[in-house]
Amino acid sequence: MMILSGDPPRSRVLTLLLVVIILALAATPFLFPGAKALNVAAKICVFAALVASYDLLLGYTGSVSFAHTMFYGIGSYAIAIALYGMGPNWAAVATGIVTGLPLAALLALAIGLFSLRVAAIFFAMITLAVASAFQVLASQLSWLTGGEDGRSFQLPELLRPGTVLISKNLFGFEINGRILTFYLVFAISGLMILALLRVVNSPFGRVLQAIRENRFRAEALGFRTVFHLTYANCLAALVAASAGILNALWLRYAGPDTSLSFSIMLDILLMVVIGGMGTIYGAIIGATIFILAQNYLQSLMGVASKAADEAGLPLLPGLLHPDRWLLWLGLLFIASVYFFPTGVVGRLRHGGGKSEGASH
Amino acid sequence: MTDLAATDPLPKPKRDLAPILLPVALALLMIPLIGSTSSWLTLTVASLAMGMMIFIMASGLTLVFGLMDVLNFGHGAFIAVGAYVATLVLAPFAASIQADSLWTNLAVLAPAALLSMAVSGALGLVVERVLILPVYGQHLKQILMTTGGLIVAEQTLYALWGPQIIPMPLPASLRGSFIIGDVAIAKYRVLAMLIGLGVFIAIQLVLNRTKLGLLIRAGVESREMVEALGYRIRRLFLGVFMTGSALAGLGGVMWALYREQVHASMSDDLTVLIFIVVIIGGLGSIGGCFIGAILVAMVANYGGFLVPKLALVSNILLMVAILMWRPRGLYAVTSR
Repeated sequence: MMILSGDPPRSRVLTLLLVVIILALAATPFLFPGAKALNVAAKICVFAALVASYDLLLGYTGSVSFAHTMFYGIGSYAIAIALYGMGPNWAAVATGIVTGLPLAALLALAIGLFSLRVAAIFFAMITLAVASAFQVLASQLSWLTGGEDGRSFQLPELLRPGTVLISKNLFGFEINGRILTFYLVFAISGLMILALLRVVNSPFGRVLQAIRENRFRAEALGFRTVFHLTYANCLAALVAASAGILNALWLRYAGPDTSLSFSIMLDILLMVVIGGMGTIYGAIIGATIFILAQNYLQSLMGVASKAADEAGLPLLPGLLHPDRWLLWLGLLFIASVYFFPTGVVGRLRHGGGKSEGASH
Repeated sequence: MTDLAATDPLPKPKRDLAPILLPVALALLMIPLIGSTSSWLTLTVASLAMGMMIFIMASGLTLVFGLMDVLNFGHGAFIAVGAYVATLVLAPFAASIQADSLWTNLAVLAPAALLSMAVSGALGLVVERVLILPVYGQHLKQILMTTGGLIVAEQTLYALWGPQIIPMPLPASLRGSFIIGDVAIAKYRVLAMLIGLGVFIAIQLVLNRTKLGLLIRAGVESREMVEALGYRIRRLFLGVFMTGSALAGLGGVMWALYREQVHASMSDDLTVLIFIVVIIGGLGSIGGCFIGAILVAMVANYGGFLVPKLALVSNILLMVAILMWRPRGLYAVTSR
């Protein structure tokens, strides 16, 4: 229990689900051949960590931030620009990390000190404004960020797909640089999620929950709520930036669509809500369900849209078009906020019937 | 302070003039910086017109927050819906739009704007009943629900009208400028200013001179008290929400004509802009919203002229500066 910080999943089904997901992710390179499966698995790892860090904010402090993709993007761009400018070597990776992480933390500190002092609702609006300004900035400073095209780069020798570490005739599987990168992403994401679990179960995490439940009372008890909230904001930003670094390393690319766009922010929100706010475990479940659906249901929509088109139905082809994927996500989002405010994890823990913790 | 004798009139609330002087001072400060008086005048008129349009869109948001304590993250959707609905009227009557007669043009424009307002208002009714009613008093869920609503509305617009940009040409008689001396003032900007001022005056009159306005202002101060006096405040909420949505629709039509194009993504960009305006003005304050809109437009216009590079972040800088001065916006509404 030490490794889970004394906060086990508290539901047999949930434990089983988590074990299956983690084992499946760990074994993806061997179980599911092909680049798509590995891409999906890596994306699940990165997003599980990213969503867990967002859960620290939304689920544990109750503050809605719309700037989480900004920190994610800062991490992505920092590593991409460093590797693009300095060439594919480890010094560039280190440079990206030591510039990206402090930058994200500082920005989070500034936003936190500035907007967490006043009503929580300001925080949501101000993060939205700052994030959109950052997005415009990133696409305008094309000499640095590559504008709308983003930056593609090469990884250091060790992590390239061409590098064969263990040849095929030893185990029957080839372990190459790509698979090593996958395990790097898997391990670091896992460590970050465990660290977040540690944070939310520490006395500090208790204070965050107290602030979420009743900020005034927490303040009256003598906690400096602004300090705690800002600290949580910085921690979440650091994890988000790290997830951004992992994502860029995996994709060998950083651009506005993969790391900064508002639709990623919506994806994160959706994953947190589907998985279950304020549980951390919900992040793993939410990310898995969402990304599997995104990758495999979208092609199903394409088929359905075509079928509706051929059947000559009005309107349906447009509504079912794969590009309208977000429409259905939005409906799902509203429905899950309304009907399942505790998400999958909350449902599994409380057996469905009760709606405990439905309002804060 | 000494005791008040019974015959003394009630002490008048102090008028807070500093925020009103702010845009005036900003405009005057810009005269030497810009240099030529004629470009200064053009820029000032442009900012006033843009500010009025932003005000029309933002006023609903701030009123809804002030009265109902509901922050509608989907407010931008009403703007986009308004603009799209207007194309339904304007596209079939393209010929009368291109006719060079002010009255023919207005005869098409006015019904288009009214239809947009009606549709946005009706949509407001649906949104209030379906999305907001279940989550009154819960900020977190309100933000999540209305964000979801924004996505659904935007995607539905894409599904119905397609993802391409729809052109929306200005009517012939509103194109071009009035030339006074060496100052050029675009005709459409004058119209936008007139409509914006009209809306502002109408809102102020309703709020300050009618019984309805009295109830709304009382509701902002203390919801329970108004309810205790026997007024159905939920009806009042609904009415304000629908009015706010309809105004957003009107703003959407005006903005689309100003940019001469319609696209569903306009709701995203404008949402950020009106949030900044509403924060600057003080959540819930109509006067603050009016001044905030003008300030944002001035910074955008003057800033774009003087230091174009800065225009990207100028709104954020303005917001930071104002909140440093007054952490709750220009006019803080008392109860929140």
